Amino acid sequence: MSDLVDSDLPSEPTRASVAVAVPLGIVVGIFGISFGVLAAGTPAFGPAAALFMSAATFAGSAQFATLTVIAAGGQALPAILAAILLNLRYLPIGISVAPSLHGGFVRRFLQAQLIVDESWAVSARPGGRFDARVLVIAGLILYVAWVFGTAVGLVTGQALGDPRALGLDGAFPALFLALLVPHLRTRRAVASAVIGGLIAVALLPFTPSGVPIIVAASAALIGLRR
Amino acid sequence: MSAGWIAAIWVSAATIAIKAAGPLLLGGRELPPRALDVVSLLAPALLAALVATLTFGSGNTLVVDARAAGVLAAAGALALRAPIIVVVALAALVTVGARLVGLG
Repeated sequence: MSDLVDSDLPSEPTRASVAVAVPLGIVVGIFGISFGVLAAGTPAFGPAAALFMSAATFAGSAQFATLTVIAAGGQALPAILAAILLNLRYLPIGISVAPSLHGGFVRRFLQAQLIVDESWAVSARPGGRFDARVLVIAGLILYVAWVFGTAVGLVTGQALGDPRALGLDGAFPALFLALLVPHLRTRRAVASAVIGGLIAVALLPFTPSGVPIIVAASAALIGLRR
Repeated sequence: MSAGWIAAIWVSAATIAIKAAGPLLLGGRELPPRALDVVSLLAPALLAALVATLTFGSGNTLVVDARAAGVLAAAGALALRAPIIVVVALAALVTVGARLVGLG
């Protein structure tokens, strides 16, 4: 792990980084459990695929989106497109972090994989810099919590049975709402959310599952207006 | 291969590439500001679309049922800056409660 941590920048001590990341790890672990529970209740998505996805994708909202589209009877392609569109935000996020990461190709590649919304947010420093040590430590804690939570959810989910009985069908949109709120920092972000939601609702009665989500992404084109 | 495996592999490969692109390829260079604007607006649009379809969608029909009550409660909790665990747990609880009193 120390190989991944940059040493030539002033950074938080390891213990302080851990203290910031642990509460986030608990929340992410619980989301991981809910992802596992939902996957266990989705026959088209075997437990092995769900665990593989948590270990390799490591991006909660995109994984929930993939699962949601497939659980609704959707094909793989709309699920893939929706998830990729959702994860395209890691392009600007990755660009913002790039100047703060140092070292060789492999090291920067591994550091980049530890970027998720939460690790990015807690490692942000004034002036647009990022604390690479906090990013890596928080990212590793969140990664372990996410994969372990998924495994726990897959095991318990098979025992729990119907997610509706636990109100999980109401908890999942609430989870996405909670993930949405921090993105609503500007007027245009609010407008994009409102338009995206309206497009999805308007198309839902007329299109195959997954399509409303993909078309809703076009709401982001209001970013072209000056 | 199941739809789940196909999606898991492709989404994973794409996400790994997207996350690595900035730090490995672009270095200090920047995307055009307009492209950045559009990309930064993708997450709110897609997350709102997911909230809407998961709350009101039932196959190809729109319904207002117990889930809407759960999401409304969650919105209230978020407005009061409740922790995310509380928000999600409250939504589940209210959804179950609304269903018990006969709301779909």
